[in-house]
Amino acid sequence: MTDFTPLTSFAGGILIGVAAVALMAVHGRIAGINGILSGVLTARFDRDWAWRAAFLGGMVASPLVIVALTDRLPEIEIPSSPALLVVGGFLTGIGTTYGSGCTSGHGVCGMSRLSARSIAATVTFMATTAVTVFVTRHIFGA
Amino acid sequence: MKLLSSFAFGLVFGVGILISGMGNPGKVLNFFDVAGTWDPSLAFVMGGALLVTAIGYRLVFRMERPVLASSFSLPTKRELDMKLIGGSAVFGIGWGLTGFCQGGLIPVLGIGLTGPLLTLAAIAAGIVAARWAMSLSRRGTTVKA
Repeated sequence: MTDFTPLTSFAGGILIGVAAVALMAVHGRIAGINGILSGVLTARFDRDWAWRAAFLGGMVASPLVIVALTDRLPEIEIPSSPALLVVGGFLTGIGTTYGSGCTSGHGVCGMSRLSARSIAATVTFMATTAVTVFVTRHIFGA
Repeated sequence: MKLLSSFAFGLVFGVGILISGMGNPGKVLNFFDVAGTWDPSLAFVMGGALLVTAIGYRLVFRMERPVLASSFSLPTKRELDMKLIGGSAVFGIGWGLTGFCQGGLIPVLGIGLTGPLLTLAAIAAGIVAARWAMSLSRRGTTVKA
């Protein structure tokens, strides 16, 4: 059970949107985290590598801001076993590479441009995520 | 300037993720668990992000070019193909197993738990494996399943 947090969730969403718009306005780039991560995993250390690494660095540093503002770490509850994290993570990496995007790239940046590909991708992964959660929780009882 | 601004945007993005609850797999999985411990909060994340981005992009695309780049880099593909739909379906299965998507995971790495690190390693392995498989098929080589 987690608390219903419409206000903080909305505020967080606004910040995510602000960052996505700023990245487009200043660098001309889509804030798709899978694409940014994928770009950092290449061995080509060019200018694109550097801005992507800097963006990810900022993301990794973000808990420090939360601690400075609230004096405590954000609540992170990880219900899945290490084995599930590995299998699920591997499928996530494969799926977003073939599907050319994740929740941020397709869900936020693509849908806000009314991209048909992004809308189709988002509907698809939201549906299979929901089915997966239903199957693991209510059929296998995890 | 380029790197500093990029770092700052990543920081804002990450703070947004952590405040919103998108970095908490328990909350993400509850969002999808309509038949159980349903927590609809994350709909508000998507609402807030889409509201700002839809309006913001509209204004940004009126600019001649980005402040620190020569042009806007936008996806040019239009067709809905099996790669897009199949890949997205597989992503959803993975997301449903962990509760971590890339955007939710990266900020949590800064907290220093082992679960997120393990997930990142698995995601990275998946990305590398998929890129390798895609480059093989582009070269016209038959990939044995």
